[in-house]
Amino acid sequence: MLEVNGIHTYYGTSHILFGISFEVKEGEAVCLLGRNGAGKTTAFRSIIGLTPPKSGSIKFKGNEIIGKPPYRIARMGIGYVPDTRRIFPDLTVRQNILVARREKETAAWNLERIYSLFPKLKDLDTHMGNQLSGGEQQMLTVARTLMTNPELLLLDEPGEGLAPLVIQSMKEQLGEIKKLGVTMLICEHNVGLATALSDRGYVIDKGTIRYHGTIVELQKNEEVRKKYLMV
Amino acid sequence: MSFDVLFNQFMSGIARAALLFLVASGLSLTFGVLRVLNFAHGSLYMLGAFITYTIWKTILIPVVGFYVATFLASLVMGGIGIIIEFFLLRRLYARGWPEQLLATYAIVLIITDIVKWGWGGEFLSIPRPIPFKGAVSLFGFPFPSYNFFVILLGLIVVIFLWWLVYKTRLGDIIRAAAHDREMVSALGIPIPWLFTWIFVLGSIIAGLSGAVTAPFGSIALGMDIEIIVECFAVVVIGGMGSLPGTLLGSLIVGLVYAFGIMFKPELALAFIFMVMAAVLIIRPWGIFGRPER
Repeated sequence: MLEVNGIHTYYGTSHILFGISFEVKEGEAVCLLGRNGAGKTTAFRSIIGLTPPKSGSIKFKGNEIIGKPPYRIARMGIGYVPDTRRIFPDLTVRQNILVARREKETAAWNLERIYSLFPKLKDLDTHMGNQLSGGEQQMLTVARTLMTNPELLLLDEPGEGLAPLVIQSMKEQLGEIKKLGVTMLICEHNVGLATALSDRGYVIDKGTIRYHGTIVELQKNEEVRKKYLMV
Repeated sequence: MSFDVLFNQFMSGIARAALLFLVASGLSLTFGVLRVLNFAHGSLYMLGAFITYTIWKTILIPVVGFYVATFLASLVMGGIGIIIEFFLLRRLYARGWPEQLLATYAIVLIITDIVKWGWGGEFLSIPRPIPFKGAVSLFGFPFPSYNFFVILLGLIVVIFLWWLVYKTRLGDIIRAAAHDREMVSALGIPIPWLFTWIFVLGSIIAGLSGAVTAPFGSIALGMDIEIIVECFAVVVIGGMGSLPGTLLGSLIVGLVYAFGIMFKPELALAFIFMVMAAVLIIRPWGIFGRPER
């Protein structure tokens, strides 16, 4: 579904990604693991088009997407959930979700369905975006992106800064979404939420992919974990 | 100072505030969403006044001629807005403020030359339209009834913009984009399209305000800079990009000017900037504005 091939991405003049490649097949959940600053967020921003790579190729469902504006990439079926949540503060919870709505007859996700997956958000319906706790914001940012009916969901640090109990429910909710057939690419700096949901994993360090394998293999490989993931 | 004099001055201030709001609301809207400080907004207003004059003069329809000309000139300004946004402004969004000011100042010069070339340097005027020709007596003082038309129009635009920004889905997108355009585009909303239409709306409002100024006094070169300076004071006082702020800023500037002129006419403008300086000291981001992130 998504094939990233040898992309080089820069922020201004600083070179962040050094020809990384990975792929996500339809129906899979794949995680991108690496320390803070390893290039995970940049990889996501490269895919959604916010920081387009200078070279390499990114194919989504067989079509090259490098060079397309973010809104076109999103409309092709990629949903981006940013690590800093980026909730719109002047909008209510409901408006935050509905801003992302596109009129589609066959849409799998609608407000009702999203509220049944995140009942907490239904209770907060009329609250403003800036009145929410971290966990509520995290739910809202996922809910908002779901409203775009993505086929591929990019989740940047979905468990970042959340209490263990909240992480647990987030894990269950993301599991539900995965069961419904949404393909996922999740990144995380720790082995936790992402690995629990994923089938395969890539380890990224200093803008390069260092390791690739199934989650079971990754969990067994003490050396890779020590070298690239532990603080 | 007697009450009737003060009341009369107050009403003049309100009329001036209505006009300032009309112009400044477009400036504030485009800044709030596009984050471009459009120095040429006053020029669009001036061009709107000249185009209104020409349409009015060409069609010469009795009674409603002015209103028809106002409507058509606003549409023409919307069209000019599309051209400016598409060919110039969209290349500036990613640039810094100095470049944006420089480029929009270039539009100021271009429009000034177009006006000189098309209309010459003369002062033009349109008579006040029916039924706002005369004056009404406010406690014995004559008050131009046309002022009521401008106040009414200002109110209509306030209500329209409030409805648009706070009550519609487009308004939700506008407020979201004003805060985080990158996130809005990542959700699949075509930002370039949104920006074009916001700028067009701003241009239409600029054209409309230029049109309604025409019967106020004279249509002349220089009216662009005169208004933009006061509009900057309005949005700085009220808070850039805030609709309630623009309304309050317009009222403050309009009233300060009206009462200032009564006490010391040569300092009327200076009073406005004293208020602005005071606001800048206490709240640098304006009364309803937010500190820049």
